[in-house]
Amino acid sequence: MNIELNGLTSEPLRKSAGRDGAETKISIENLEFFYGDNRALHGIDMAIPERRVTAMIGPSGCGKSTLLRVLNRMYDLYPGQRSTGKVMMDGVDILGSAMPAVRLRNRVGMVFQKPTPFPMSIRDNIAFGIKLNENISKAELDERIEWSLAKAALWDEVKDRLNSAATGLSGGQQQRLCIARTIAVKPEVVLLDEPTSALDPISTARIEELIDELKSEFTIVIVTHNMQQAARCSDMTAFFLLGNLVEYNETTKIFTAPQDSRTQDYITGRFG
Amino acid sequence: MTATSPNFDVSTSSSASSALTSKHLKDKLFHWGLYGAAAFVLVLLGAIIVLLFKGGFPALQAFGLGFFVSAEWNPVTEQYGAAVMLYGTLVTSVIAMLLAFPASLGIALFLTEVAPVPMRRTIGTAVQLLAAVPSIIFGMWGFFIVSPLMATWVQPVLQAIFGPIPLIGELFSGAPAGTGILTAGLILALMIMPFITAMFVEIFNSVPPVLKEAAYGIGATTTEVFKAVTVPYGRTALVGAVMLGLGRALGETMAVTFVIGNANRIKASLYAPGASIASTIANEFPEAGPGSMKLHALLELGLALFVISFVVLALARWLVRTRIEG
Repeated sequence: MNIELNGLTSEPLRKSAGRDGAETKISIENLEFFYGDNRALHGIDMAIPERRVTAMIGPSGCGKSTLLRVLNRMYDLYPGQRSTGKVMMDGVDILGSAMPAVRLRNRVGMVFQKPTPFPMSIRDNIAFGIKLNENISKAELDERIEWSLAKAALWDEVKDRLNSAATGLSGGQQQRLCIARTIAVKPEVVLLDEPTSALDPISTARIEELIDELKSEFTIVIVTHNMQQAARCSDMTAFFLLGNLVEYNETTKIFTAPQDSRTQDYITGRFG
Repeated sequence: MTATSPNFDVSTSSSASSALTSKHLKDKLFHWGLYGAAAFVLVLLGAIIVLLFKGGFPALQAFGLGFFVSAEWNPVTEQYGAAVMLYGTLVTSVIAMLLAFPASLGIALFLTEVAPVPMRRTIGTAVQLLAAVPSIIFGMWGFFIVSPLMATWVQPVLQAIFGPIPLIGELFSGAPAGTGILTAGLILALMIMPFITAMFVEIFNSVPPVLKEAAYGIGATTTEVFKAVTVPYGRTALVGAVMLGLGRALGETMAVTFVIGNANRIKASLYAPGASIASTIANEFPEAGPGSMKLHALLELGLALFVISFVVLALARWLVRTRIEG
């Protein structure tokens, strides 16, 4: 049953990414991940479509955040964490030595569960990432700062106090600042790790609107505990359980006609 | 039943209320005990100020503010001035800070961001052990080991490099004797370095990992994360740590007394022997008779050291505040 389902899900889904016209941006092939001797991901195969929102859902400890942290090699920072398999982005294995982690993270940005404003002004928070990678004039820099803040729907609220400390913003504003900071470096992929779990419902709604707008320019992967959120914002949904990719399909199909009984149980709230 | 029940109620409520009163009393006592503990700090501070001021007042009366600019220290003519000691204290402390701050920053960065985990523990423990070495050990080691090394290897080399440069060359002129202001500054730096490093490590470890990950997440290297996130995040505490180190350097007595050379004069050269406030007090206190002008002068020196430390701390706080608001 399982084997059959895996055969059913992984193969057609690699193609399904292209079904509504989207190219595959990231192709994960037989990915395994280890924390020391503990295997946290078991042979993941998954194709993430370009300029779409892909949601990863599943109970705590199912490996969805781990997978997200593989996509920008954040695990490199910690000794004892390693991966095997391949993650191809535009034909290059991003886990291989051909891709330096610093350059990868410039192309694959990440927004975290809690807002992480740097201890500097609002302007400098945005400028920081841009200056790391590009040498641009002050006028261009200002333009980019305005562009990214406007994209993150924050410009109107902060344009008069760009030089004040970013830590003085509200939680929702800080999270939008972090999104602005991430897109300011013009990444190709934006990873969102439960970006609204620390926010109130109004701020959450704003971020969800934002995700919808951003997908015209960026490939977005979002990890969420909130199934309504996955259903609302994503095009594709992947359901993880105990380090396995149980089911991966178009979001409407996952939430209306899941093929695996475990997915069915999870989305109807029977466990997790 | 109806007769006993009110009785029963009364007895419980009275015992409960007496228990409450006793609890309340204990809480009050504890409360005032804490007030007392805190007040003790203020009393102690006040007592020290009063002693120093009262003891130093006759000297202040006799020499006025000229005490702080006069370089003369002559027990025979009873003329006392603090300029030499002020100069020695400030210059050795500044040298110590200039050497210790970058070194501590480097060690702390290595220990928190770069070193493999087993090495972190080993070196971290070594740093803490070094911070616990008594200053007199540093003094003896400085006198018998570091001074000769300075005289043979370091001072001639510095002289050869900086000697020909005008003005800066002056700092490294004169005979490389080993002991002197520069060596005292170096020993002070070595003494406060583990102290500052240990605090820096704590501060860097208190930076939330997710904040660092956020910086790594937009393509920053370890150096950039350190410069843009780790250091600014902890800057208040970092300045505080540096100031605590400076406070230690200003007041350090034994180690400095061993290597500073103990000479009552100011010279442009850092190789020249000098004196610090603490070393002078330590050297001359046994010879100062009760009620003598010398004792008053030494107590006034103590007051000066107290004021300098106070100003350093106040300056640090002001600096930290303006930097945060800006």
